[in-house]
Amino acid sequence: MLYALKIAFRYLLSSKAQTALLVLGVALGVFIFIFMSALIGGLANFILASIAGDLSHVSIVAEVEDPALLLDPNAGQILLAQEKSAVRQAFLRDAAIYAPMIAALPGVVAVSPQITGSGFITRGGQVAQVAINGVEPGKESAIVQLDSYITAGSVRLGTGLTIIGQTLADDLDLTVGDTIRLDSAQGIDALLTVSGIYKIGQGGFDRATAYVSLDTARTLMALPQGVTRIEIKLADLMTADATALRISAITGLKAKSWTEQGAQVMSALQAQGQTGLLLKTFAMVSIVIGIASSLLLSTYRRKAEIGIMRAMGASRRFVVFVFVSQGALVGLLGGLLGAGLGYIVLQAFPPRDAAHPSVMPIDIHEGAFGLAVLLTVTIATLAAILPARAAARVDPVTAIGQ
Amino acid sequence: MTEALLQVEGLVKTFGSGEAETRVLRGLSLRMDKGELSALLGPSGSGKSTLLTILGTLMQPTSGRHTMLGVDLTTANDRALTDFRNRHIGFVFQFHNLLPDFTALENVIFPTAVREGRETAAARARGRDLLGRMGLADRVDFPSTNLSGGQKQRVAVARALMNSPELVLADEPTGNLDRASAIQVMELIGQINRDEGTTFLISTHDEKIAATCRRQIVVGEGVVTG
Repeated sequence: MLYALKIAFRYLLSSKAQTALLVLGVALGVFIFIFMSALIGGLANFILASIAGDLSHVSIVAEVEDPALLLDPNAGQILLAQEKSAVRQAFLRDAAIYAPMIAALPGVVAVSPQITGSGFITRGGQVAQVAINGVEPGKESAIVQLDSYITAGSVRLGTGLTIIGQTLADDLDLTVGDTIRLDSAQGIDALLTVSGIYKIGQGGFDRATAYVSLDTARTLMALPQGVTRIEIKLADLMTADATALRISAITGLKAKSWTEQGAQVMSALQAQGQTGLLLKTFAMVSIVIGIASSLLLSTYRRKAEIGIMRAMGASRRFVVFVFVSQGALVGLLGGLLGAGLGYIVLQAFPPRDAAHPSVMPIDIHEGAFGLAVLLTVTIATLAAILPARAAARVDPVTAIGQ
Repeated sequence: MTEALLQVEGLVKTFGSGEAETRVLRGLSLRMDKGELSALLGPSGSGKSTLLTILGTLMQPTSGRHTMLGVDLTTANDRALTDFRNRHIGFVFQFHNLLPDFTALENVIFPTAVREGRETAAARARGRDLLGRMGLADRVDFPSTNLSGGQKQRVAVARALMNSPELVLADEPTGNLDRASAIQVMELIGQINRDEGTTFLISTHDEKIAATCRRQIVVGEGVVTG
């Protein structure tokens, strides 16, 4: 079939202008495909990074277990009223055992055992309610990238230190080095020095979260052992569901993926992905139409030549191969040209890590270059089948007679 | 007795159907022996071209029997006919019908290249040899579109001979040429017939061209009349 390929090449080269236009058309379709992939993928990454970047991708939260009922339920009717206690603390007793196991799982970037609770910060006559978040010193930025949000002081936590949000600091007129009193819901208080102030940009965080060391939190929450939750960060947050299932299977604890809370984000991203898919499909359809119509025209133009070839002993299969090869060659050339063009244009956009809301969050890594070329060659080949079959059906007697 | 190359018996070919049906061949029978140089004569519409087309396996008869080299071609499928045509039959058309995007040599070696799937050195050598015999040694790599009418027709003759076929069918091969070129082409055909024993059947209106052939087959009203 090397000979058929040579003829296909010859035919394409014999009408250089027409072939160039066809290849350019295909390249444009491929460029649109790549650009849309980079845009939709980049946008999805940007949104996910913005929304879920500072979230725990998988969380294990201790649940309050109801106390065992000692009365015999068969002895008669039991009417039980149980008042939920805000003070009652559930905890994960064996966190120290599970944390290394979870950290060893593939795709897990960080594991952060935490003790959380609520309390009040008192500064002179001012009081503010806060969520207390006790984290291991050295893992302050394991989940929330605190180090990148620090506006004053440092992100290091230790005994007697706390990091608070900018809004809270403004409300209580606090600066780094000031001392506050933190009262937990358990009625235990501690005097802490503000070692750092952060500004995430989310009201809830900046106004009402105080970070302390795990040991400080253990004292404040009167929790001599275990932790209240384990937060886990993954390399790919889209694997959270699978990882959560795996953690549950290994530890027997109830691990929750961030997607359970972010279902709306996921459905919005899905809708966005479908829009992108539709646009990419249109780009591919335009390639199919372009190649099929051009080759069909070529079939009619070369009818007499096809007739001569058939008279000289060329089989129908040979004729099909000549025309299908033309489609594949146009697809390959257009695909490579479009991919090259896409690569050059996408270079002009800032890299993934430097994405900013004021610039289109186009990610060159989401360009799907290989897929675009492969898909183009495939559909270009398929698009050539119809004209190729028409060519193979040419009656040599009629064609030569023309 | 000379060995038969081809034989057709009771060949009928009709086109259209119902009231529009036209019967071109009406039970034509013909035998050709190996090494013949025959002219096919007859008025327009007598069925000469249809007969050549059927003998060339480009068309199947409506009824009748067509055998060549002992093979019954009336029952063969398209693939078998294509292969048979490639190996055993050469064509020379009135308007040369060369492939315009190919050189003279590429046109000549096409029948071999299409069978073997590539252009071999052996095929190129034979193609050059044939073009040399046609007096076109200096036109081997010329684009076919740059050749004169007579040169194109000689390239077409070389192409017809490329696979050393037993039968060459020529439909008005000199009809589009001036007298000098026509004589040159007929001399070449006669020489190949004598040297290689290739059988030629040449359809023509030209009595002088027909006179250069050893046998004249006259077709009229869809049958052989002489």
